[in-house]
Amino acid sequence: MSTRLAKQGRLIDRSKQVTFTFNGTSMQGYEGDTLASALLANDQMMMGRSFKYHRPRGVVASGAEEPNALVGLGQGSRFEPNQRATTTELFNGLTAISQNHWPNLEFDIGAVNTALARFLPAGFYYKTFIHPKPFWKHVYEPFIRQSAGLGKAPDKETKDADTYEHFYAFADVLVIGGGVAGLQAAKAAAASGAKVMLIEQTAHWGGRAPVDGGTINDEPVDKFVEQLVSELETMDNVTLRTRCMGAGVYDHGYVLGYERLTDHKPGTQGPRHRLWRIRAKQVVTATGAIERPLSFAGNDVPGVMLASAMRDYVVNWGVTPGQRVIVATNNDDAYRTAITLKQAGVDVLRVVDARAAAGPLAEEARQLGIRVDPGKAIAKVKGGKRVKKVAICNQDGIGGAREEVEADAVAMSGGWSPVVHMWSHCGGKLIWDEAQAHFRPDPSRPPLGADGEGFVLAAGSSNGPLALGEVLSDAHAAGKAAAKAAGFKPKNIKAPTGEATTEAAMEPVWLMPANADIQLRMKSWLDFQNDVKVSDVQLAAREGYESVEHTKRYTTLGMATDQGKLSNINGLAILADALDAEIPKVGTTTFRPPYTPISMGAIGGEARGDTFQPIRQTPMHNWHDKNGADWEPVGHWRRTYAYVRPGESVHDAVNREVKNTRENLGLLDASTLGKLIVKGPDAGKFLDMMYTNMMSTLKVRKCRYGLMCSENGFLIDDGVVARIDEDTWLCHTTTGGAERIHGHMEEWLQTEWWDWKVYVANVTEQYAQVAVVGPNARKVLEKLGGMDVSREALPFMEWRDGKIGDFDCRAYRISFSGELSYEIAVPASQGQAFWDALMEAGKEFGVMPYGTECLHILRAEKGFIMIGDETDGTVIPQDLGLHWALSKKKEDYLGKRAQERSHMADPERWKLVGLETVDGSVLPDGAYAVGEGINANGQRNMIGRVTSTYYSANLGKGIAMGLIKHGPDRMGEIVEFPGTDGKSYKAKIVDPIFFDKDGEKQNV
Amino acid sequence: MSEPISALNHASYDGIARVEECGLQGMITLRGDLSDKVLAKAVKDATGQKMPAQREALVDGDTGVCWMSTDELLVLVPYAEVEAKLAAMANALSGTHALAVNVSDARAVFRISGATAREVLGKLSPVDLSAEAFQPGQIRRSRLAQVAGAFWMDDAETFRVVCFRSAADYAFNLLKIAAQPGSEVGVY
Repeated sequence: MSTRLAKQGRLIDRSKQVTFTFNGTSMQGYEGDTLASALLANDQMMMGRSFKYHRPRGVVASGAEEPNALVGLGQGSRFEPNQRATTTELFNGLTAISQNHWPNLEFDIGAVNTALARFLPAGFYYKTFIHPKPFWKHVYEPFIRQSAGLGKAPDKETKDADTYEHFYAFADVLVIGGGVAGLQAAKAAAASGAKVMLIEQTAHWGGRAPVDGGTINDEPVDKFVEQLVSELETMDNVTLRTRCMGAGVYDHGYVLGYERLTDHKPGTQGPRHRLWRIRAKQVVTATGAIERPLSFAGNDVPGVMLASAMRDYVVNWGVTPGQRVIVATNNDDAYRTAITLKQAGVDVLRVVDARAAAGPLAEEARQLGIRVDPGKAIAKVKGGKRVKKVAICNQDGIGGAREEVEADAVAMSGGWSPVVHMWSHCGGKLIWDEAQAHFRPDPSRPPLGADGEGFVLAAGSSNGPLALGEVLSDAHAAGKAAAKAAGFKPKNIKAPTGEATTEAAMEPVWLMPANADIQLRMKSWLDFQNDVKVSDVQLAAREGYESVEHTKRYTTLGMATDQGKLSNINGLAILADALDAEIPKVGTTTFRPPYTPISMGAIGGEARGDTFQPIRQTPMHNWHDKNGADWEPVGHWRRTYAYVRPGESVHDAVNREVKNTRENLGLLDASTLGKLIVKGPDAGKFLDMMYTNMMSTLKVRKCRYGLMCSENGFLIDDGVVARIDEDTWLCHTTTGGAERIHGHMEEWLQTEWWDWKVYVANVTEQYAQVAVVGPNARKVLEKLGGMDVSREALPFMEWRDGKIGDFDCRAYRISFSGELSYEIAVPASQGQAFWDALMEAGKEFGVMPYGTECLHILRAEKGFIMIGDETDGTVIPQDLGLHWALSKKKEDYLGKRAQERSHMADPERWKLVGLETVDGSVLPDGAYAVGEGINANGQRNMIGRVTSTYYSANLGKGIAMGLIKHGPDRMGEIVEFPGTDGKSYKAKIVDPIFFDKDGEKQNV
Repeated sequence: MSEPISALNHASYDGIARVEECGLQGMITLRGDLSDKVLAKAVKDATGQKMPAQREALVDGDTGVCWMSTDELLVLVPYAEVEAKLAAMANALSGTHALAVNVSDARAVFRISGATAREVLGKLSPVDLSAEAFQPGQIRRSRLAQVAGAFWMDDAETFRVVCFRSAADYAFNLLKIAAQPGSEVGVY
């Protein structure tokens, strides 16, 4: 059984008991435990089920690489699936549930897949679910979706209870990993005066060196770590963060750090996670190494774990995973586990060493009375939910002549692989180290920065060296080199000296025993979570999957939540062997960020709820909100679609507003329309290029409607231009166009006509602008008093500065509705007061505010086009019958040349017309008009489409505009528009001006 | 004239730093040739300040001048004086190619104050806000999460942040989240 030991446990505080539940059962642990160590202390060896075969799974590692011990953590609005028990710090009240089983962990129906394993080999899904074709959508996909995923998603009705944030940080040298290598690299770099940041994913400094033993500067490793951390803490130029994982390294020294602030104390004040967005001149990765499993039959049975992990559980948390342990290895390091266990009072039955001879650690083990079997291998581990027996055989062979030993745990070590993820994320290359049988960073091919020089250095065991002394000297050198590369002068201080027992060479062992028969290979796991076995990779190779990337996807090797941290090297070694190729020739799969999964909340940061997206508000926004506004997004603005009164539908409100504005008085908040000031001696010349019309001849105090095209001739914006003085114009743009057109103007001024004397400023938000519209518009303004707004004093298409009531304003006599209309601009900070004054004074004239839908209907009744409705980026002014706005006098304007191209001048282009349904109904928006015959795809030929369609309460029928082939020549003809509702609509082609054709109403 | 009201009318929030909307600030966007002596004199007459160098903010209370780009300045004057100052400036620049325009109402201004003010802003702006890199006298045009924002420091623990008026509500909500209790970063 797995149990708590009486002694040891450097990270736990035995005076502080912690209570938690696993699958509803209450358990005890200590402060400092991880969920994994606490579960082991409670003899809970089985922690989950594998994905494909639902096989029992126990914890196999002790850190971020864990593929098996994944749990659903927390409850309700704090529930999160797939959390690694090994990196979950225990706290009082923690609740965890195991995953991927039904009805429960102990008895799982899905485990029947194990019995079917021989029928579920690699590529099973590809091969099985391909025929018959219709089955995919209706049978296979629903079935696969239902069984997909390990943990269950949080309840969709809940909302994450926590907050998250980002933080931007800057450093000369960023060190990722706070083991002895990272600490030493940070010190070496910081001594130069460089600004250093050091991040460590766990809550503790020192990494695994304190567990592995040895001495640094003749002192215990623990002591060295303690001293070094307190030394770094006193340095002003060093920032230290624990619980902060290096998640990804990107271009230009950009690194993401994932800090878990309150995961170990949920519900406390402040954000749960903080995403550090770091810019560093140089990055040192001191991310250590991960031990590889050995591939033998039954290596997935709960109780089989990495030798280093077993050592961690004993030393760090005072927990032994078993009472009778067998150690299997191909290297000396695993002997440390045997020795540690033995010294902790655990029965170590024997060390099975695949090699013929081992180093001094083996001798030390023998001295302690541990049996060492050289040249031996594990043939098979027996047991279902727990290791029961271990069959031992010769490493050279197929697995016969076995000796069975009763045991309850197995520690395995297949050697160590440097964690090269951070090195590789941004393009660092690897080399194969024959001696250690691992890939390590190739220092001659680092990730390159903007200057073509490397910006990442690997340090310590993540760079290859595994012995303590070499790790320290390598890290020291890396820290100095990083400081130098960041532009600092490194101090010539001595690297600390690390001493550890020397080790004999390891021997690569990719399969145990070396020539295991198929029965064993089918039970030798590579990827524990996704159930990929040695036999699967070999099958893939036989079926022609030569690329490691293809094999990965075919077998799902390394595609689990651990992204192959344990399985990749073993898998590709098997693949290389099957292909009879060398391992470096087969290569690795791509290392992609994040290093381990990070929360969606951290990625989003503050962008949720009210701050998910900026919502731009006009000065009268709150008034609209209190007065029934049905909101419509226009760009980032919110505009009122209609002001809905109690008892009204939105449609009722729109109809009421449409009628009232034509009959009495309407107010529109037009503040969102863009306002650009264009000034300078060359401003007129510039605007003549920007607009298709002539703007340079516009007289001061007058307004002109203008069209803007891109250089490709397509309409991009429109609006009224007012000439303010001799060299100043004010250009109105569409609501969505303000920033875009400002940028468009600046681009032409900065890149093409940089010598023209023109300045542009965006003053959109300086003004609250109110459209005062309707037959009573003049009356209300006259009632407020101030400037003369009579027909004579302020004629149509002119503007004046003056006062209306108490308000300094600029009044434009312009109309987008066909009614008598003024647009009055006042300073934004008086906008609400002005609106209030108009509403008050307008009472006797039947004033009502109106929204954007009413605006649309009024303009459609008049046949005015709307950018974004009648235009879609492919429409030119000629399509819309706007020839009158295309200046013939000007030599050039943006779009002129393009509009002369043959396709633009093609008479076959669809052209703007009005559309009126024969029965008065409303045409569906966006509907296509169909003509004679069918096209090459068997579809009906299209001859046009609806661009705007509304119910006009003023006319009592549906009105629409559309682009129709030869439209203006087909007045009176009936065109068919099939709807998506199964009906077909018939509409007559008419003049697009439905209301007041002569424009008498606006010109009074 | 009716009483002008700023976007959030002096709303405030106390978290790990104090966040407050400052009310109305007179602001003039001035575009022109920054090496021009006439322009420099117009700035000096309006603000008492010399021409700012790149990323420099020469501000004293509600008067000053900030560098915005190679041909743009932000001139700060008391809100009540903006029209008069603008007229004087326009007059002084009458023979010069320049653009001076009132943008006081187009903006919202916030003050972030307290020992953790740097950290609060460091959560929203991709700017090195360490004391080595950013000090009173400097201005940065950057962003606050998803909207444009510019800021300078009035003293070692106080920032003034300018954004567009329409984004005032969003910016205030951002600053409140960034200043929420328990969110100290502990680096500055």
